[in-house]
Amino acid sequence: MNFVLTPEQEDIRKMVREYAEKSLAPTAAERDEKELFVREIFDEMGELGILGLPYPEEYGGSGSDFLSYAMAVEEISRACASTGIGLSVHVSLCSWPIFKYGTEEQKQKYLRPLAEGTKLGAFGLTEPNAGTDAAAGSTVAVKDGDSYILNGTKVFNTNGGEAEIEVIFAATDKAAGMKGISAFIVEKGTPGFSFGKKEVKMGIRASVQRELIFENCRVPAANLLGKEGAGFKIAMSTLDGGRIGVAAQALGIAQSALEHSIQYSKERVQFGKPIANNQAIAFMIADMATQVEAARLLVYRAAYHKSHGLPYSKEAAMAKKFASDAAMAATTNAVQIFGGYGFSREYPVERLMRDAKITQIYEGTNQVQQMIISGSVLR
Amino acid sequence: MEIIVCVKQVPDTTEIKIDPVTNALIRQGVPSIVNPFDKNALEAALRLREKHGGKITVVSMGPPQAKEALKECLAMGADHAVLVSDRAFSGSDTLATSYTLAAAMRKVGHCDMILCGKQAIDGDTAQVGPEIAEHLGIAQVTYVSKIEISDNTVRVERENEDGYAILEVELPVLLSVVKSINEPRLPTIKGTLKANRTEIPVWTAADLDVDTEKLGFKGSPTQVRKTFTPPQRAHSTVIQKDTAREAVAELIQKLSDAKIV
Repeated sequence: MNFVLTPEQEDIRKMVREYAEKSLAPTAAERDEKELFVREIFDEMGELGILGLPYPEEYGGSGSDFLSYAMAVEEISRACASTGIGLSVHVSLCSWPIFKYGTEEQKQKYLRPLAEGTKLGAFGLTEPNAGTDAAAGSTVAVKDGDSYILNGTKVFNTNGGEAEIEVIFAATDKAAGMKGISAFIVEKGTPGFSFGKKEVKMGIRASVQRELIFENCRVPAANLLGKEGAGFKIAMSTLDGGRIGVAAQALGIAQSALEHSIQYSKERVQFGKPIANNQAIAFMIADMATQVEAARLLVYRAAYHKSHGLPYSKEAAMAKKFASDAAMAATTNAVQIFGGYGFSREYPVERLMRDAKITQIYEGTNQVQQMIISGSVLR
Repeated sequence: MEIIVCVKQVPDTTEIKIDPVTNALIRQGVPSIVNPFDKNALEAALRLREKHGGKITVVSMGPPQAKEALKECLAMGADHAVLVSDRAFSGSDTLATSYTLAAAMRKVGHCDMILCGKQAIDGDTAQVGPEIAEHLGIAQVTYVSKIEISDNTVRVERENEDGYAILEVELPVLLSVVKSINEPRLPTIKGTLKANRTEIPVWTAADLDVDTEKLGFKGSPTQVRKTFTPPQRAHSTVIQKDTAREAVAELIQKLSDAKIV
């Protein structure tokens, strides 16, 4: 058993951390406050090769691996969780299904600009009445000559309205249930494809989630991803990987809460001594540090499995559940340690707490993760 | 356009703490970084290469761990890197260092320009660059804030206390650059991966055409009798902003950029 990162992985972490501390951290609070999605950040990450980190150079990627990618999401989220989820959706949910299931032509046309970072990606599965029950969606795609005509609505679409490339799921055979769902690559600007309201949220406020509306939207048949009816399988396998991204995002948030708690508790003096000298505080930090470390091992193992072609569905579910719960606990305790200042927007920990909550919900609620884990271990 | 960039690995002074009893710097456990001004020199080289083509070789003299600094330069985009390292070089002052580095530059081969940072943030002598030029018998311009090349001539702006002077020099030339010349780029992921795959050769005294009497401690006439804090220079900057918050933010940024905090 080897717990040592390669020099390459170490250097990628260092490089991304330097970028995140320099370019994201200073503006994170303001972007959260004003609910600003800043596209230039994604342009920068594209130029640095972060947006195509795990994909081969022949498709415009950086040619690294999924563990380095998970560490990049962790480092980005440590500075700004909103940027972390935008990155995770782009790499894991949009680029990956094209990489895995796309034809060579689709990869050159769509994966390349995604990996090079000249175009932003998104993933549309969730509908108003189809959240956890993802197969119950009412978006339909009807074949008409050389194209499909899409009708329906998607919600909570991260990067929606900003992304040039969307992977969209729609029923091609309603009667076949989950075996009648297909995946499509849909470009922004396609006639009949428009955007509805922008979500107003509790956390990750500098990321954007929009409603997607398809009204007789004609998509070329060449943009069918995988076979007709393979959509549900594509969606589920894509979400397995997306969970590693969300787990890494949660890990970054938890790490940030830990670091802020350590620093503040050593500086804040009450009754003539730093509050860190009180065991009540020190033990909270001890538990926080232990949870963060345990989460890190689960996240890195899931990412390692993905990099090495090993099964990772259960591992990703465990990592996502554990890391997001750790992030919620760490950020809640960080606010507690900061006391009244923690509740104030003058300090960053309340933002971390608001950002942590969504990691227990999206990419499958933590109860869905328990279904996946129990389904796997009770098989 | 063949360019050599000289870099030094230095302790990150923003991470250095002062021993409250002895008032000495605590260097233990302090991370090492590429001397910030040397990054400006590398950035200047990268921009010249983008415009005029050619190759960039980064050279550093230091202990084996200085390879880390060279790796970072490769990640930023340098083509080659060489570490000049030998126990025989230890104890070198600026004269012995520049003598050794000049020998390394001759071994690198033909070059049109040597770029250095104006000084290292640890020793702060600003002597090694100019001394290299002397050893090699080429022209030099220090404190350069702008570089333009046309044919065999380079036109530079040289910063001074009152403003800047414009000078024209013929290649080959050694230039030492100031911080304001550019904003060094961050390495890319691809660059980082490439740097990890690039072999960094280590040249020892035996690889260089040098007189061993001029190396290391033996070749160093400098003797440090004592060190002291120089008197403050009467030079101040007034930061004026709309709010105290903005002013303090800028002040902290300036102090941090200057590696004071």
